[in-house]
Amino acid sequence: MQLTPEDSAILAGEAGPGRRMAMELVVAVAQATGTDTLVDITQAHIDGCLYHGEAGIDFARRLLDGGASVAVPTTLNVSSLDLLHPDLFKGDAATERSARNLMDIHVSLGCRPTWTCAPYQLPTRPELGEQIAWGESNAIVFANSVLGARTNRYGDFMDLACAVVGKAPFSGLHTDRGRRATLAIEVDVPDSLLSEDIFYPALGLWIGANAGSEVPVIVGLDERSDEDRLKALGAAAASSGSTAMFHVVGVTPEAQSMALATHDEEPSRLEVDESGLAAMRRSVSSGQEALGAVSLGTPHMSSEGLTRLAALVVGARSRVPFYVNTSRDVLATLDQQAVDNLQDFGATVVTDTCTYITPIMGDISGAVMTDSGKWAYYAPANLGVEVVFGGMADCVQSAVEQRVVLSDRLVDR
Amino acid sequence: MRLIAGREGIGRILRLDEPLSFWGGIEPESGQIIDVNHPQFGASVRNVLLAMPHGRGSSSSSSVLAETIRIGTAPSGLILDELDEILLVGALVANDLYQKDFPIGVGNLPESASGVWILDEDGLRRA
Repeated sequence: MQLTPEDSAILAGEAGPGRRMAMELVVAVAQATGTDTLVDITQAHIDGCLYHGEAGIDFARRLLDGGASVAVPTTLNVSSLDLLHPDLFKGDAATERSARNLMDIHVSLGCRPTWTCAPYQLPTRPELGEQIAWGESNAIVFANSVLGARTNRYGDFMDLACAVVGKAPFSGLHTDRGRRATLAIEVDVPDSLLSEDIFYPALGLWIGANAGSEVPVIVGLDERSDEDRLKALGAAAASSGSTAMFHVVGVTPEAQSMALATHDEEPSRLEVDESGLAAMRRSVSSGQEALGAVSLGTPHMSSEGLTRLAALVVGARSRVPFYVNTSRDVLATLDQQAVDNLQDFGATVVTDTCTYITPIMGDISGAVMTDSGKWAYYAPANLGVEVVFGGMADCVQSAVEQRVVLSDRLVDR
Repeated sequence: MRLIAGREGIGRILRLDEPLSFWGGIEPESGQIIDVNHPQFGASVRNVLLAMPHGRGSSSSSSVLAETIRIGTAPSGLILDELDEILLVGALVANDLYQKDFPIGVGNLPESASGVWILDEDGLRRA
């Protein structure tokens, strides 16, 4: 390994056992991935603050007891608890204590208590070309694809280790070569489908299932692919597959042209049409007519999304439990009128966590409707619920009518 | 077959038809596959050499793998076509925290994978 004198000193334990442990992990991963170089990072986002068992606590506690703290600005992912609305948690007290303990240790390590899976919606989001180390699959794919920042897929433990040493292995998506599109995906669908919200997460699910671990470049989208839609696409692709970066020709920052995205090399090619997307949608939409609840905001809803939702629900009233997940920071930017609209509609705003990873919804009779490909993908296993996958407006209308209403183009295609 | 973590694992090979995300895909308490979208839904990964083309999905899979190693519901090892850093880190951390060996091999499976196999620094061979 080409280590600086400071790195070598950390590895030798001169900066304490916590930083040595972090450096050992970073170096081990670098060696396994075939690089002998580390790159300085400007920030980190930590997924490991979500409680999955004692191993997470044991790791973070060892770092803290070993005198470590984060060396770069570091944001925290969702946890298992909503600290702003603690009564929403319906899990057992022991899990609640362990989850809180894990959160507290991360804050003690110097991480900012942002508790969001959408750190790209914070003012601290990275810019084009910034080297970062992010955990959370949807945040990783958004940072690489939409912002042009550079991160590999960092999992729990590794994200925190990188934050503590302020460096990451210089490989994969950190390098120019690793960001080259190797698979072109031609989208051949009627133009009007590009105006429908459901199209983007459905395309994401399809890409995740078909692109393997390649970097795809999507051809056939246009300026209607705004940030919220690209976020939904990426989150879905990173759930059904391992997509860590995609390009969209003419839309994303490193794909002003096909040639730039592919570095002028010939990619392999796939084509997707409306029937392929409809089949993908059906595969995650198992629920029938009976509607038990609605959950929106996975990943955490943006302020644009909340403003749009607040306008959609004016004068209406949900007849089923209706949940909206967002971050405490985004919620704080929402104007009072929008907050009142959501409350009058009967929406429960969840912050700091998300309805598919922790017991908030309780017993639901009937399917849960969502506009998120990610929620639709994971909730059946995590919560044991049936899911209906539809656009935001259809989710609102379904809640009002207390039955599943689907009006988009992908139904029954 | 290149060993990238651990020392030795023994077991039958369970070849997954599709990649599996450990988080949201395996119940740590039992080692059962709970991803309803996965072709091998309901199978147990406990004490088998689990083979799949590459990792998938959640970055929380490091934690879930480490947790299954800690409580003893993990596979006896992993065989991947391509290196997956998220699973590698779970194995390295579990070894560091609990001194529990968990081997990960990168390479191709033999054509006929029936029977019991050993994965170690020499690669993969019949037990």
